[in-house]
Amino acid sequence: MQAWNKIHFVLLLSRQGKVRLTKWYSPYAQKERSKVIRELSGVILARGPKLCNFVEWRGFKVVYRRYASLYFCMCIDAEDNELEVLEIIHHFVEILDRYFGSVCELDLIFNFHKAYYILDEILIAGELQESSKKAVARIIAAQDSLVDTAKEQASSLSNMIAQATK
Amino acid sequence: MEQLKTIGRELAMGSQGGWGQSKEFLDLVKSIGEARSKVEEDRIILREIETLKRRIAEPDVTRRKMKEYIIRLVYVEMLGHDASFGYIHAVKMTHDDNVSHKRTGYLAVTLFLNEDHDLIILIVNTIQKDLRSDNYLVVCAALTAVCKLINEETIPAVLPQVVELLGHSKEAVRKKAIMALHRFYQRAPASVAHLLSHFRKIILTADEIALNAFKDCRFLLDGIQAIKFSALSYDKRLSDNDPGVMGAALCPLFDLITADVNSYKDLVISFVSILKQVAERRLPKAYDYHQTPAPFIQVKLLKILALLGSGDKQASGHMYTVLGEIIRKVEMSSNIGNAVLYECICCVSSIHPNTKLLDAAIETTSKFLKDPDDTLKRKTFELLYKMTKSTNVEVIVDRMIDYMISINDNHYKTEIASRCVELAEQFAPSNQWFIQTMNKVFEHAGDLVNVKVAHNLMRLIAEGFGEDDEGADSQLRSSAVSSYLGILGEPKLPSMFLQVICWVLGEYGTADGNYSASYIIGKLCDVVEAHPNDITVKAYAITGIMKIYAFEVAAGRKVEMLSECQSLIEELQASHSTDLQQRAYELKALLGLDSHAVQHVMPLDASCEDIEVDKNLSFLNKFVQQAIEKGSQPYIPESERSGFSEVGNFKTLNEHENAGHGLRFEAYELPKPVPPVNISPAPHAPQITHTIPVSEPSHPREINQNPNPSSSADTSSANSEIKLQLGGVPMKWGKPAYSSSSSSSSGTISNTANGVAHRDAAAITAASQTRDFTYNHRRQQVEVSAEKQRLAASLFGKSSKSEKKVPSTNKASKASFPNTEKLAAKPLPAAEAPKEKLSNSSPQPPPPPDLLDFSESSPSIPAPEDPFKQLEELVGPSAAVVPEAHDIMGLYGLNFSPVTPANRNSEEANIVVANKKGPNLRDALEKDSVARQVGVTPTGNNPNLFRDLLG
Repeated sequence: MQAWNKIHFVLLLSRQGKVRLTKWYSPYAQKERSKVIRELSGVILARGPKLCNFVEWRGFKVVYRRYASLYFCMCIDAEDNELEVLEIIHHFVEILDRYFGSVCELDLIFNFHKAYYILDEILIAGELQESSKKAVARIIAAQDSLVDTAKEQASSLSNMIAQATK
Repeated sequence: MEQLKTIGRELAMGSQGGWGQSKEFLDLVKSIGEARSKVEEDRIILREIETLKRRIAEPDVTRRKMKEYIIRLVYVEMLGHDASFGYIHAVKMTHDDNVSHKRTGYLAVTLFLNEDHDLIILIVNTIQKDLRSDNYLVVCAALTAVCKLINEETIPAVLPQVVELLGHSKEAVRKKAIMALHRFYQRAPASVAHLLSHFRKIILTADEIALNAFKDCRFLLDGIQAIKFSALSYDKRLSDNDPGVMGAALCPLFDLITADVNSYKDLVISFVSILKQVAERRLPKAYDYHQTPAPFIQVKLLKILALLGSGDKQASGHMYTVLGEIIRKVEMSSNIGNAVLYECICCVSSIHPNTKLLDAAIETTSKFLKDPDDTLKRKTFELLYKMTKSTNVEVIVDRMIDYMISINDNHYKTEIASRCVELAEQFAPSNQWFIQTMNKVFEHAGDLVNVKVAHNLMRLIAEGFGEDDEGADSQLRSSAVSSYLGILGEPKLPSMFLQVICWVLGEYGTADGNYSASYIIGKLCDVVEAHPNDITVKAYAITGIMKIYAFEVAAGRKVEMLSECQSLIEELQASHSTDLQQRAYELKALLGLDSHAVQHVMPLDASCEDIEVDKNLSFLNKFVQQAIEKGSQPYIPESERSGFSEVGNFKTLNEHENAGHGLRFEAYELPKPVPPVNISPAPHAPQITHTIPVSEPSHPREINQNPNPSSSADTSSANSEIKLQLGGVPMKWGKPAYSSSSSSSSGTISNTANGVAHRDAAAITAASQTRDFTYNHRRQQVEVSAEKQRLAASLFGKSSKSEKKVPSTNKASKASFPNTEKLAAKPLPAAEAPKEKLSNSSPQPPPPPDLLDFSESSPSIPAPEDPFKQLEELVGPSAAVVPEAHDIMGLYGLNFSPVTPANRNSEEANIVVANKKGPNLRDALEKDSVARQVGVTPTGNNPNLFRDLLG
């Protein structure tokens, strides 16, 4: 495995070990991915709340942070600055929160593809590409506006029907 | 009417709120959520795969439907299943003209395909086209795909366009273009080699403009444009500043500089200038993160500066001011502040050292020592450890010891202790300080540190610091002695420390004449008395006493035996520990010798002298000669001896042996159960049966084999009478061990019970005539070597023994270090084992009943009243006035009648949170309504799904 990237993969796991999002910046075969997820959920979910947010694993370091029932994990090289990555996670969550408006796990369950889009604006090839929340929000909004026109129409139609069937 | 309602709902589901997927997909996600086991989840997904295969293959799938299928494929893949059958459709989706569909296509292919996938060739064309698109969002999507998918072969196909995009008017595009080039560089450095100057220019320009427009916060100009359009659009670019692009450019620059530092030295000033401005908050506010100015950019810059300044005094010189400023300004209460600080301190320590900065770094770092967070502390100590120099060693080691005392984690305590020792040995400013430091370490972590550390300390005190300054050495020893005498008064000292103290007191207690022999001996006696159960300490103490007496005797002074020492010796002579016994006897014997002999046995301060060992024992030649003249048989070497079938007894050179029955030096029999068949002659049977426990054959190792097979049964039984005594002696030493003089003392202690048993066992073997002796002999040799190893281990296991054997040789004790070390090291893996086990331990018991509690009967949809509709009204445009939380509760209560108290709480919590967030109340309500609409309710066992992640 080539270790070019700062961040090798991003993983979102629920407390029950369900996968909510995976993004692989270094090449992992499908089988390997499943193994990694299995292994890491075993390690991370079992950790108490007072334990350190950094876990050494297979010669890498996994930085994780728990939000409500969701674990955000990022895997980095052992010598990388883990505090920075911890804050990159938080940066991501704050942007999600701003986008979804008080984001909760359910938002990510049903809108995982949107979470992917957002992640793509924050990290590229395992590197942080944008550290301004505003800039990310701006481009995501622009992307959404493409779809919004269609949505608005549908929405007003649904309102009309709702009104009519009252 | 009903139909209309359904249509409305369907429409709403397709578009309203966040979740724009079909009912089918929502059901899939729900059922996955409800799955109670991985097996069930897999089953559902496999079914979904079947469905998708069928659906995708259907003719006339609308683009919109296909888009959803592809998202479902992503979902399938995300859960660890193979969705490769649909990859081609994702690829096709990228060709779509609709931007939204195209994006979905790109998202899917970037998630599905690795850079070496065959399908990529089908996308390259589309990417090329999209990179030229007028819609910058399309360009962005294509660039994102480029980063992930373009491989070495396809780089040339897109490279020119990507380079061109460096001058795009949208910063988002420029930024992604830079990242793409970075990726190209990583994949195939040669392909973009000619472009490297671009990155360089970004930085130069950013800085140049910064200087021009210093007070203008738009100073961080995007340099690429400047390169591209130079003077033409200069003023336009002034208003188009983008730190994001600059930040992105730092990624490739970091790589480039790592590969070739020297080509980028000229950028140092620019980097420093940018960092300075970032730290002074001259970047747009949007880049602040938790009140820290653009920390992620700072971290990148610091990493780069660390590379550039390493080993370059001139370059480092430019950095000192800004680094000092960052250290001073940074917010230490937040993680991100600490991340910057950490990077800054790493930078400070890797560039050409600057005393002021190092001091500032040390000071800041040591602030963390008061931080309750253990991880921070550990990091801090790691850093401090690396930064230690002879000028700061006192402060750092002091802090480390304080920390070591405060923690309970033995593993880490051990590590810190050994680091303290290492630093103290390396940088100690004075002997006094060194001794005091070591005292502290031993006092608080004595039982945890490696035995080696103790031995090193003893050696250090014995050898001095390496200079040929006897005065300094003896001063070191005196200060050690006096500090140890002080410490001895304290209760509860670790065993290891006591050993060191006893050794030093024994060796040097009276050396400087400050303390009388009886004073030191009294102290040593006290040590023994205070630690009745610690044999090792006792052994060290008694040897210490012996040395003091020996020195006294050798110096010709009259020796008075203290009464407490006398009783101590008597007590130890009867000790259960053979080692202590021997030492006590040796001490007694030593006291009986004249001063000349004593001087030879125990020379003063000779622990560092080498001892010559005459392996041939030539000094015994005379004695041997005499013995032979008196009629003794000459020694037969082992090799000759083994061939003999009849060797009556091995009369050896051992003077303690009388001719009657020689001590047998032949190897013991191999551990082989003696089969009852071997007990041949009947006459012996009764003798055997009444004494031999049935299990006896399991100790055959100790059984002496009768080397006299030719004798008749009668003679053998007669012989056995003689050999009985021999059998009883637990001869621990194998053949070669007879040269060890100390073996005799332990050898003489025989266990009577065993002796009896062995005697009979010997009889048994004596009786057995069917042995092939040569064969046995060979086997025995193997056995002996194993036995030898075991004995060696047990012998050297106690450091005291090694000292006893050659009491005044440092060499000998040095030689024994590896052994003791090995033993000491043994517990370590054992201690690690549980840790490993822990981390290996399988995840968790199967997850508890699941997250998505969708009430069994698909709640809202079949409900007579549509709650969604009502909620929609609530949150609709007309609901601009946000109702009171309680009212909403009422509403909920009305519409969702079975609300248990617990659920109510979670709902309340939701609303309270929403309330707190003010404007988000509407969001929360909307979300709630959507959730209910798709049949997900916060009631049940996982209300967490609804909890704000940031709440």
